[in-house]
Amino acid sequence: MSTIYIDKELCKGCAVCVSFCPLKLINMSDHDVNASGYAIAEMNSDSCTACAICAMMCPDSAITVVKEDKK
Amino acid sequence: MSVVYKKSKMLTNVPLNYCPGCTHGIVHKLVAETLEEINAEGNVIGIAPVGCAVFAYDFFNCDMQQVAHGRAPACATGIKRCNPDKIVFAYQGDGDIASIGTAEIVHAAARGENFTVVFINNAIYGMTGGQMAPTTLVGQKTTTSPFGRGKMQGNPIKLTEMLATLDGPSYLARVSVSDPANVRKAKKAIKKAFENQVNGKGFSMVEVLSTCPTNWHMTPVQALDFVKNEMTKVFPLGVYKDC
Repeated sequence: MSTIYIDKELCKGCAVCVSFCPLKLINMSDHDVNASGYAIAEMNSDSCTACAICAMMCPDSAITVVKEDKK
Repeated sequence: MSVVYKKSKMLTNVPLNYCPGCTHGIVHKLVAETLEEINAEGNVIGIAPVGCAVFAYDFFNCDMQQVAHGRAPACATGIKRCNPDKIVFAYQGDGDIASIGTAEIVHAAARGENFTVVFINNAIYGMTGGQMAPTTLVGQKTTTSPFGRGKMQGNPIKLTEMLATLDGPSYLARVSVSDPANVRKAKKAIKKAFENQVNGKGFSMVEVLSTCPTNWHMTPVQALDFVKNEMTKVFPLGVYKDC
């Protein structure tokens, strides 16, 4: 399954990834904050296509994108 | 599973000290990825400016020199002339390059010095609290133009167009990082500017239209829309010189 990993401590909750995800799979957490007190972005879906647009737009390079290999 | 995208190894693990949503982070990433792609690791010297990006020496995984306000092109000239085999780049903001450092950038460009300049234009002085910059748009409110930039403050300086009238520069482009398509174009322009230096073609500068959500009093996404809809009208995107 393709997905993204968001480095919690690097995320500043700017929500740029939320706005640019073409499938709108990322949302801001309503319960989780990091050590700096920022509400962080999170991915709660298994439909990610690993297009990496979120990672490209993330100003803090907090997102790592992994893609499932074709069988 | 294969990794499609991860943080460039030319950036350190230090968390960026920029405000949430500041596009300095995106440009840092593009510069770092470009340096990685041209295999410049261990062979780069960067110049950090005065301004929000003053701590760039903590973020780039290469040798860095922090210089006096506006003097990055002068320092880069010295470093490049002493180390012609190194890749030298200056990273400057609009207050740094278009105000206090105008003389340095104009003369470095006129001499056609063989280094690369990344110019971040966010139309405001970010670090000092949102004062009017030479690139502030007409009508834009800042702490020193509270009624909007008007006749008293004059018109914005279009540095890239200004330098394009000189014979020295080899590549001058204006790009933006307002959306994924423009980020890709920005990456291409930055890569071209660095490749020009590797090929010894001379002075290259890429102006990146950038945001300052904090001092524009906007959310990061609104700020990106402002760049796309308002800033590009005054600062048209494109390649101004390529030879």
